[in-house]
Amino acid sequence: MIDWPLVSVIIFLPLIGALIILFIKEDELTSINIKWAALLATLGTFILSLILWLQFDYSNPSYQYEEKFRWFDDFNFFYHVGVDGISLFMILLSTFLTPLCILASWNNIKKRVKEYMLSFLFLETVMIGMFASIDILLFYIFFEAVLIPMYLIIGIWGGNRRIYASFKFFLYTLLGSVLMLIAIIVMYRNTSSMSIEFLQGNYFSYNTQLFLWLAFFASFAVKIPMWPFHTWLPDAHVEAPTAGSVILAGVLLKMGGYGFIRFSLGMLPEATEFFIPLIMTLSIVAIVYTSLVALAQTDIKKLIAYSSVAHMGIVTIGIFLVNQQGLEGAMMQMISHGLVSAALFLCVGVIYDRMHTREIEFYGGLVQRMPLYATVFMIFMLGSVGLPGTSGFIGEFLVIVGAFKFSSYVVICAAFGIILSAVYMLYLYKRIIFGTITNNKLTDILDINTREKIILIPLAISVILLGIFPNLFLDPMRLSLELIITNYEIANAK
Amino acid sequence: MLNNIYNIFFIPEIFLACSSFVCLLFGLFLKKNAFRQTSNLAVFVLLITILLVYYDSESNFANYKSLFSHSSFINFFKILALLGSIASIIISKDYFLGIKLKNFEIPILFLFSTLGMMLMIASNNLMSMYLAIELQSLSLYVAAAIKRDSISSAESGVKYFILGALSSGILLYGFSLIYGFTGSMNFDDISFYLSKFDNLNLGIIFGLVFVMVGLAFKVSAVPFHMWTPDVYEGAPNSITGFFAIVPKIAAVALIYRFCLVPFENFYLEWSQIILFLSIASMFLGAVAAIAQSNIKRLLAYSSIGHIGYILIALVAANDDGIKAASIYMFSYMIMNVAIFAILLSLKVKNEYLIYISDLKGLSKSNPIVSLSISIIMLSMAGIPPFIGFFGKFYVFIAAIEQELYVLSVLGVLASVISAFYYLRIIKIMYFDESKSEGIINFQISFQSKIILSLSLFVIICFIFYPSLFINISASLTI
Repeated sequence: MIDWPLVSVIIFLPLIGALIILFIKEDELTSINIKWAALLATLGTFILSLILWLQFDYSNPSYQYEEKFRWFDDFNFFYHVGVDGISLFMILLSTFLTPLCILASWNNIKKRVKEYMLSFLFLETVMIGMFASIDILLFYIFFEAVLIPMYLIIGIWGGNRRIYASFKFFLYTLLGSVLMLIAIIVMYRNTSSMSIEFLQGNYFSYNTQLFLWLAFFASFAVKIPMWPFHTWLPDAHVEAPTAGSVILAGVLLKMGGYGFIRFSLGMLPEATEFFIPLIMTLSIVAIVYTSLVALAQTDIKKLIAYSSVAHMGIVTIGIFLVNQQGLEGAMMQMISHGLVSAALFLCVGVIYDRMHTREIEFYGGLVQRMPLYATVFMIFMLGSVGLPGTSGFIGEFLVIVGAFKFSSYVVICAAFGIILSAVYMLYLYKRIIFGTITNNKLTDILDINTREKIILIPLAISVILLGIFPNLFLDPMRLSLELIITNYEIANAK
Repeated sequence: MLNNIYNIFFIPEIFLACSSFVCLLFGLFLKKNAFRQTSNLAVFVLLITILLVYYDSESNFANYKSLFSHSSFINFFKILALLGSIASIIISKDYFLGIKLKNFEIPILFLFSTLGMMLMIASNNLMSMYLAIELQSLSLYVAAAIKRDSISSAESGVKYFILGALSSGILLYGFSLIYGFTGSMNFDDISFYLSKFDNLNLGIIFGLVFVMVGLAFKVSAVPFHMWTPDVYEGAPNSITGFFAIVPKIAAVALIYRFCLVPFENFYLEWSQIILFLSIASMFLGAVAAIAQSNIKRLLAYSSIGHIGYILIALVAANDDGIKAASIYMFSYMIMNVAIFAILLSLKVKNEYLIYISDLKGLSKSNPIVSLSISIIMLSMAGIPPFIGFFGKFYVFIAAIEQELYVLSVLGVLASVISAFYYLRIIKIMYFDESKSEGIINFQISFQSKIILSLSLFVIICFIFYPSLFINISASLTI
């Protein structure tokens, strides 16, 4: 198919870009060069990752584009990367959002442009590497290295309470992931292998599985985040700069869902079966509770942050239904949420750049001055609500269909949550966009400019594309998901 | 016979001892630049000693078999101690000149102390072990108090001396008990004698406990750590750097050898003590460092925490444990060399840096230095992809191999707590707005720059080819 190491090139291209930027001396004039270098590196990565999709073999459920090198001589750790149906779209999501983030920070990041771009490029390398790794240790290293650039992004370029938020983010997620490290070592000790592929066929004893499951749960539940481990998220979102929130909501939260599918379902099926009621309860609480909390928010970003927790609740329900519809729905919901919440944060960024406030009360009647903005915002708002024709619908619909096989109570609660999501999103939209302008400061506000159009329109197109042609995305992942479900059922039938 | 006499001078320790005296005479007869010249000579001597250790063969040791032992583990730690010693002499040279402390005895003291450490690591006999510890400590007591006109330096020297002497006394009492009940001083003989019994008798247990307490003093494990922060704080920065980097290596090697050679069959007896020391050190190191404002005290607590992790690998007491200890010690040395190379070159308002808050605004005035500090801090916190992560990783592998699940979970929890204060340093450099810029000066000599870049290179690039180093440490036998 392709005889050069495509996946490694995609992983390390942003890092090479970062190295080049490291040697550009920063001053008033050259900061534009730094931005262009970062943009070109991330765009190049995106184009290469499209090749990944175009050349993807839909009939192969296991890893493709594999690369494997011995990494440690004394243990069976390999530099082993590859892409399958599950990780393909996660990688695409990362490579798609990063150039948009660079563009979104084009003008509003004024201090330390060089460090900012370095952080983002390093972050991209680490995110892609995490989704592409087939060796657990490699996965862990990337998983944890994500904290470094994100900590800096929130801490340096964030809002007023950025220091609190960045520490909370770092320590909370570190606490979860170090337990995963112990679990990984225990897995290695029992099987002498670190390969995700291998471990998915190997079954641990029941008690070991329960402990391992809890350790993985600690790390992924914090990351995704599930109620009651979600408290770091609103702080991190509110304080992070726009692009930071975009990556946080768009990609980092998906790391949790990805981990659940790969590790909990794939490697610890019997423990998963045991813990399903726990997950369902927490998810339902998350959906209903955080939706109600979102309704009461006065800060736009915080509202979207809470809505993320609710949407991720749908994802965890979908994953732990462990049937075809549920998993496909969860994957679709993750992709859709990645696009929609990223776009919503970008939309908030647009008005924040102009007015420097995110208070809902400050705005009102924006449609009078910003008609184009109102239109794009509406598309994303409806995508978040899950209107048919947008990406959000497919995911929620599939999860609900899948949930009927499990329990109708879950369906009722999930549906109630979806209704609530419509309530808070529409209410938000009404307060910001509709009506007449009451605040005098808003009279001169300008509609979105070309740069913002370039950022928002591709997102709007992909949200609608995902809603109308879901098979474009579902086909490549179907077999990989089926493989996981079959393994799961075989393990539990024993 | 003649051949044998020649060979004696090629025994690294004897060479180092003789050369130290030569250095002393050399310094004595020099009029100008005595300090600088002696330092250079000391570095040269240490380099040759490394070569001798590397090519050392067991036959050279034949005459000293009852006192000293020879193994790959010993040689590895000797080389590590020598490297640390070289690095700390080089990075501290400019600092000493800067604070006008030009006694040429300082490098000589370092040389004698290093000699003591090499003997400590190699010792195979209670008596030689005690004498080696004393040689190493006495040189360091003097070094801590070397800045005679400074009260804090004198205080730290006296404090170190009193507590060190106390611990030596306890150690010696333990030795006498062990000797009294086993009738032997030699590690192998003790081990042979004890192999006849299933249980240790009470006297030996008492002796073991006393020795453990004495050794815990030397590695500064909690609850015998009190001297560390005070001595670190009071001594001149460069001496602190030496304290942080080198003696720990020797003390750790010693505690490993003492537990695993004479008492290897009585794992249960000593492992409980080590287990407690390890947990207490990790947590106290992590929690107490949070409140520190003096960077030297912070590094002292951080080193206490690191000792806790190394002791986890000792509790594991398997081959993986030895491997983990060597990797962890290597990473510990490299990270400390790097951070002290920076600290000894940073000046705030023409004074050497003391308080963490003085780092404020460093990321603006010296972006590369602050980036380096951040990398070192993240590495110390054990965040991948830096070398510190691999040290911790191997420690936990060893622990889980021995099914010490609770200990490993406690270990990772402590590492999360300790991440907080490492992050705080990054926060001060990057997140805090500074009103006064350009106060911080970074002046570094060419030689220290090479040391700093080399250690940063190892910290960052270890991940790309770990086998290079890990194969060495996997082959170590105690």
